[in-house]
Amino acid sequence: MRRRGFLTALLAGAVAPRLSWADAGSPAILGAAREADGGYALFGIAPDGADTFRIALPARGHAAAAHPTAPEAVAFARSPGTFAIVLNCATGAVLARLHAPEGRHFYGHGTFIADGDILCTSENDYATGQGRIGLWSRRDDWRRVGEIPTHGIGPHEIKRSEGDILVAANGGYRSHPDQPGIKLDVDRMRPNLSYISPDGELLEQVELDAELRKNSIRHIAFGTRGVVAFGMQWQGDAADGVPLLGLHRRGEKPVLDRMPIYEAMAMGGYVGSVAFDAEGMRVAISSPRGGRVQIFDDTGAHLQTVLREDVCGLAPARRGFFISDGLGGLMQADHDIHALSKKRGRAWDHHLVPVGL
Amino acid sequence: MRLALILALLPLPAFADVSQVIDDHILPATKGFAAATHALADKAQVDCAPDAIRPAYQSAFDAWMGLSHLGFGPLEQDGRALTIEFWPDPRGLVRRATAGLIADSDPVVDKPDAFAEVSIAGRGLMALEQLLYESQADPDYACRYARAVATDLAALADAVQADWRSHADLMRTAGESGNDRYISAKEPQQVLYTALLSTLEFDADQRLGRPMGSFDKPRPKLAEAWRSDRPLQNIRLSLDALRALATGMSDTPIPVTEAAFDTAQATAASLDDPRLASVDDPQSRLKIEILQQQIRAIGAAVEAEIGGDLGLTAGFNSKDGD
Repeated sequence: MRRRGFLTALLAGAVAPRLSWADAGSPAILGAAREADGGYALFGIAPDGADTFRIALPARGHAAAAHPTAPEAVAFARSPGTFAIVLNCATGAVLARLHAPEGRHFYGHGTFIADGDILCTSENDYATGQGRIGLWSRRDDWRRVGEIPTHGIGPHEIKRSEGDILVAANGGYRSHPDQPGIKLDVDRMRPNLSYISPDGELLEQVELDAELRKNSIRHIAFGTRGVVAFGMQWQGDAADGVPLLGLHRRGEKPVLDRMPIYEAMAMGGYVGSVAFDAEGMRVAISSPRGGRVQIFDDTGAHLQTVLREDVCGLAPARRGFFISDGLGGLMQADHDIHALSKKRGRAWDHHLVPVGL
Repeated sequence: MRLALILALLPLPAFADVSQVIDDHILPATKGFAAATHALADKAQVDCAPDAIRPAYQSAFDAWMGLSHLGFGPLEQDGRALTIEFWPDPRGLVRRATAGLIADSDPVVDKPDAFAEVSIAGRGLMALEQLLYESQADPDYACRYARAVATDLAALADAVQADWRSHADLMRTAGESGNDRYISAKEPQQVLYTALLSTLEFDADQRLGRPMGSFDKPRPKLAEAWRSDRPLQNIRLSLDALRALATGMSDTPIPVTEAAFDTAQATAASLDDPRLASVDDPQSRLKIEILQQQIRAIGAAVEAEIGGDLGLTAGFNSKDGD
């Protein structure tokens, strides 16, 4: 009740931020990378692939959350990290350091609600394995102001949808910071996609059929016409060639991708990122393990395969998609592929994050 | 163009000219596979009885082991590598696909053009293995089916060989404007390096790892092409091909890598178990496990000796989870 009152007060008194993304060079996307000297940095990237800013990061990140209007980004450490930093992308200043509370760690993704006043972070309550969404007030000096459940185990990406409804990909298996990289309770996995109100109420939940329970739901993208795409990681045999993309509309049953068996098998049971194109009509999933991106229409029909070693980052571009890889390549993939830039020694990390979406 | 390429490669002294790897290693491999599959198809035209085809099948599989490690480019188009050899196959799709065609006496096997539309699990070397090494209730149909697979394999090999000629040009013009496949001069080296490392991993984790299963539950029948006695042979030929690629890639001596190959190849040669069927015997299993470790040690040597020297890396994203 107090949390709800707090959010309402914030919404009522929203103040326009002073700086805008134009002050950070109007990037279309943000991406983190390892640089030639072994250090890490966050980059703003213009529509043509040029850097608009570069801010050094203290360690390898996973994903970033971009504020909807102010040139601010929250960079998360890799799971099971316990810190995130808030950066002013116009000045490079560190605005805040967020520390996960005792008994929690970050999963590496976050999103803003309440017109950018509240940052939401996906977290693990690792004593119980229950997923949590931490709530942090931007206007109150990034203070933690509460948390709500994700209604599942092992959440990964969370994303704001219309009306501040949070969509959470609950991956289904547990993890513990004392055993980094170890997936616990895989045999008891129950991944789901949950729609959650800002005060934590479960609005709708999607599960796949029992034979796909080992398909960990991890990443999310929004298309037009209310479509939510979710990318999965198969915890069974990598050669099984199971579907790795789901598409869901509220109130309907999810549909799964239909790709040729040889492409499904070549994905290695792994999707690293998912994104819609700018029109919200085509959806792409990437597999760095398979070195390929698969593009579908929004009913899951397979359209195209893009081959690119260690590819992972995906984001909507003016036409088609931005795709980035661990070898420093940044490309635009429409019906044809165009190289935008290749930075020697730069290794683009897992995710590209669209700005202003 | 030639000069530009040489200049582009100058700062990387330890890496041999990619052109040379293409000419000395890759193109001969595509040619060898085409020749072997054509010999297989020709034989099957004359006599498609299992006894008659088996030697040509074995030779074609041998030739495939000289090519299959080059899984990028023409082999990754339209699932060609899996079409040629559908393995690993944990769900038993090859058996299902071949049994399905046989049960229906599907006339598609008599129409070479239509046969290319058959599910890929019902084509290629693994389907042929089923036909040649499992007893057949309808030998006449199996015979015609085997002939169709052999003809299809030769056509696939021709397509791979033809496409490699244009793909070789892409590799030779890496980094030039208009080349969106290889956007820097270094990328052809990178894909060769990744092919080398990932096939070593495949030999250790899949070719050996699948039949090994776990100590309590070995899975000898998950070995690659065990019906035709090929599990160990495939590993030996794969190591030969990878050694040729590694030495071809490097202009400077790679003694640690060579020594690691020596060790693993000697262990493989000493195994008297073509099917790796003894994974369920603790004594023999240990030897197979040692081979697995020795193959992994080659990977470590390659990373240190070739990758480190050239600033090549593998798996910034693919080796990282989430």
